[in-house]
Amino acid sequence: MSEEKEVKVKKLSDKQLEKLAAKYSGPRYKTSFSDKMISVITYVVYIFFAFVCLYPFYYIFINTISNNDLSNQGKIIFLPQEIHFENYKRVFQIDGLFHAFEVSLARTIVGTALTVIIAAFLGYMFTRNTLWKRKLWYRFIVATMYFNAGIIPWYLTMLNLGMQNNFWAYIFPMIVNPFYIVLCKTFVEGVPKELQEAAEIDGAGTLRIFWYIITPVIKPILATIAIFAAVNQWNAFQDTLLLVTDTKLHTLQYVLYNYINAANSIKAISSTSSSASVADSLAHVATATSVRMTVTIFVVTPIILVYPFFQKYFTKGIMIGAVKG
Amino acid sequence: MGKQKKEIDILTASAKRKKRKGKIEFLYILPFVLLVAVFSYYPLYGWIYAFYDYRPPYALSQVPFVGLKWFRTMIENEEKVKDILRVIRNTFAMSGISMLFSWFPMIFAVFLNEIKCRPFKKFVQTVTTLPNFISWVLVYSIAFSVLSTTGAVNSFLSSVITDYVPKDFLSSSEHVWFTQWLWLTWKNAGWAAIMYIAAITGIDESLTEAARIDGASRMQIIRHITLPSILPTYFVLVMLNLANFLSNGMEQYYVFQNSFNREYIEVLDLYVYNLKNMNGYSLSTAISILKTVISITLLGLTNKISKLIRGEGFI
Repeated sequence: MSEEKEVKVKKLSDKQLEKLAAKYSGPRYKTSFSDKMISVITYVVYIFFAFVCLYPFYYIFINTISNNDLSNQGKIIFLPQEIHFENYKRVFQIDGLFHAFEVSLARTIVGTALTVIIAAFLGYMFTRNTLWKRKLWYRFIVATMYFNAGIIPWYLTMLNLGMQNNFWAYIFPMIVNPFYIVLCKTFVEGVPKELQEAAEIDGAGTLRIFWYIITPVIKPILATIAIFAAVNQWNAFQDTLLLVTDTKLHTLQYVLYNYINAANSIKAISSTSSSASVADSLAHVATATSVRMTVTIFVVTPIILVYPFFQKYFTKGIMIGAVKG
Repeated sequence: MGKQKKEIDILTASAKRKKRKGKIEFLYILPFVLLVAVFSYYPLYGWIYAFYDYRPPYALSQVPFVGLKWFRTMIENEEKVKDILRVIRNTFAMSGISMLFSWFPMIFAVFLNEIKCRPFKKFVQTVTTLPNFISWVLVYSIAFSVLSTTGAVNSFLSSVITDYVPKDFLSSSEHVWFTQWLWLTWKNAGWAAIMYIAAITGIDESLTEAARIDGASRMQIIRHITLPSILPTYFVLVMLNLANFLSNGMEQYYVFQNSFNREYIEVLDLYVYNLKNMNGYSLSTAISILKTVISITLLGLTNKISKLIRGEGFI
């Protein structure tokens, strides 16, 4: 809190200084011709970068709401034409798509909640000097950051553990994350020790201190971790690819990957075509392209919706990570 | 005498209490230690498959123990040697190109910082960071939409150039390494730049102010103040890249691979996965063992280099 305030005060005075400087000493920069050229080039280049990052999303979106026939011929490039929303109505009827959405949502919620709680709890426990063999367990967990058994040994051992076609295969391997634990530990170490000691004198136990003293103080870092964990869960693809054959457990990412293969999109169309009326013009009939693009928008929307809202948290997070690493 | 004994008793009692408390606290973290043991350490036990001739329907006890056969295959079997050399070439090419252009996010951040219009700066930062948060499957879907024969790029080119023949960019065996680097950069550069932006924000204002008063131009300030201040950050990231030289991850290359580009896109991480479909479980495990050993060695080496140059490591 106090940190934010300080920054605000500084900004204000900076602005005032700028104004004063402008008033008394003319332009701030010695603007030579080359400096101006740099400005112009910089703007042009960054407009290009922004365009390259943004346009594909826009392109796919306008294609999903345009005349499907034109879209299929590649005629929709900059503006939508003959806007309609049949594609979205139809996509919701595709067998299994909504179910895949539920699976993705479930793993994101359960996985994120557990990841955050475990990171906070272990981060806190590893700051406690009383903990039996603290250093050993800490190293035991952190060491896993630096090695990886390999994809096939991992796959074979997961089969031994009964993780094939098991929802918990999405959760268990991901919830104890050493990097998040290190982040939390660093953060907890910054909390004044007196706070804990006072609570201990008042008779609070380890768990009570964690829940009532530590968690409220480290909320900012927990928010950051929650975002990273949620994005990881939502985007995860490899675990489904390796361990899941049961369509009931397919995630949105996996279903989308299947639709990129045209054959599967066409199958999806036929599963919905019975509900489409005969009078449907070519403009609204689903094509492999329309299904693929609409599902893409469907999968990317949750990320785009939460993204601006959480931006300030992840910027903070990477800075903490940078200081540490 | 009695008083002293009493004090010692109290001390040992409190020490005992502390010890018991520590053990109880250990019980709290035990479930998570077990989770790590099962899901991160137990897979190392899977390395045992490298020493058997493992075929899926059978259990490990039903297949023959073959010792170092698979390690020998890697250097003796002509076909496998060719495959492995090709895969290593691809891995080196992809990682090498990434290393070669690793300055890009840094320069991106430096010039972004030169933009004085705050809303525009914020906008660029927001938009270029977004791709980092979407999955590789989505990136592929986007690439497919934009680059297919009826996609945006072909449509645009054919509307500009007469007699343009649409090209299926994704089913091409040309420039695979470079285009994969482009997609990686599209996804990651904005995000990687954030670290540098944070480092630039940390530069002492009075330094740049003094330079300005002395009449330094923008380029001079960038060259003599901004860049030297963020080079340590760059150095650490290069060292980390070097440590991960063999690990490109498989997801990107898995979603982009097809029969046209496989020759060039198959990196080590993808190859060990693809071996699964050819019943090469044991060989794949053997390769993974070697890869892990080399990676850990690389990590130790780069950490040592970092210690020598910066005075501190990153582990």
